[in-house]
Amino acid sequence: MAAGKEIRTKIKSIQNTQKITHAMEMVAASKMRRAQDRMRAARPYAEKMRNVIAHLGHAQAEYKHPYLIERDVRRVGLIIVSTDRGLCGGLNANLFRAIISAMKDWHDKGVGMDVCTIGAKGTAFFGRIGSNIVAQASHLGDAPGVEDLIGTVKVMLDRYLEERIDQLFVIYNVFVNSMTQRPRIEQLVPIQPDEEQELKHHWDYIYEPDSKEVLDHVLMRYIESLVYQGVAENVACEQAARMVAMKSASDNAGKLIDELRLIYNKARQASITQEIAEIVGGAAAV
Amino acid sequence: MTIHVDIVSAETEIYSGLAEMVFAPAVMGEVGIAPRHAPLVTRLRPGEVRLKLPGGKEESFYVSGGILEVQPYLVTVLSDTAVRARDIDEAAALQAKQQAEQALKDRTGSIDFAKAQAELAEAVAQLQAIQRLRKRVGRS
Repeated sequence: MAAGKEIRTKIKSIQNTQKITHAMEMVAASKMRRAQDRMRAARPYAEKMRNVIAHLGHAQAEYKHPYLIERDVRRVGLIIVSTDRGLCGGLNANLFRAIISAMKDWHDKGVGMDVCTIGAKGTAFFGRIGSNIVAQASHLGDAPGVEDLIGTVKVMLDRYLEERIDQLFVIYNVFVNSMTQRPRIEQLVPIQPDEEQELKHHWDYIYEPDSKEVLDHVLMRYIESLVYQGVAENVACEQAARMVAMKSASDNAGKLIDELRLIYNKARQASITQEIAEIVGGAAAV
Repeated sequence: MTIHVDIVSAETEIYSGLAEMVFAPAVMGEVGIAPRHAPLVTRLRPGEVRLKLPGGKEESFYVSGGILEVQPYLVTVLSDTAVRARDIDEAAALQAKQQAEQALKDRTGSIDFAKAQAELAEAVAQLQAIQRLRKRVGRS
């Protein structure tokens, strides 16, 4: 029964694969929960920052920071947040597809692009297709910190201040729920004023050391926090996408095993039948 | 009389509650904030933020710099997550640039859209094939 043995080893190997995918699913599920917590924990900071900036904007009519001034767009900067590792379904492919179509629009309008990638997958992809990557960070792990992003954000902001780019975007996956993640392209600078937000009070702040320095500092931190939030959200998306992908891989392995079992049993029965037929045939001949 | 205090960092919410008095290490020297303080925005240096809680207890938090915003009944401390200085930031920026250069020794400068779309189409086709396969297996 040579075929039987072959099928048995095949079933064994698929079972081993299933064990691995099942374990990865469990790991991703628990990491997803923690990543979601981190994602939510980051929100109050950005909200408070937005409040302070809104107040400062009102109190500071005469000083316009470069981050708040709209310029003609000749070149844009993109901070692209992707994952470091694969095996997470179509998460990166969908994100890159959205980016490529946006890039094509810019390209058709004659707008240049500088790219900054966070995550190894994005670096590999946009490097391969030949975009101008000016800064890069990868291998941030499951719990990225703000300090991992300072460098990349600063490179892009410096370019903005030098007027080498006129707009800066951050692009990442938004966590809708554990089944759905959606790419989002968000403008960082020039900072878009919050129209809906009505200020209840108008303070005249005392600034220490002086208003310009404080505003510089606040805006920089605000932009960093937005990028950090994108990264935190993308990590949650990665884990969710991986969990779903690994779950379906485990299910598929189960189905494959069932099918192979059926084939194996059929082969076994066929060989038994054949043996009996041979014995009967032999006995009849004698 | 008390004042509401929020201490948050980019990564997490650290404290939220009422206090009678807040002491913070501002760049121009330590400040003490009592309720109905004049509106103030200042940068913080690394140091300790102390809260005098109602009931006489004290609580303290270490911040590695950040921003302090004061409104008459609300104090917000926007704490940095790490010690920051101009040269440290510069070093981080330089590192990010170098990493990019290292990752892209063979870049061409102009984007090859055809290649990008072909590659993505391939990935999407693979995914669709998997989905079709899954459906077929599900039906049989």
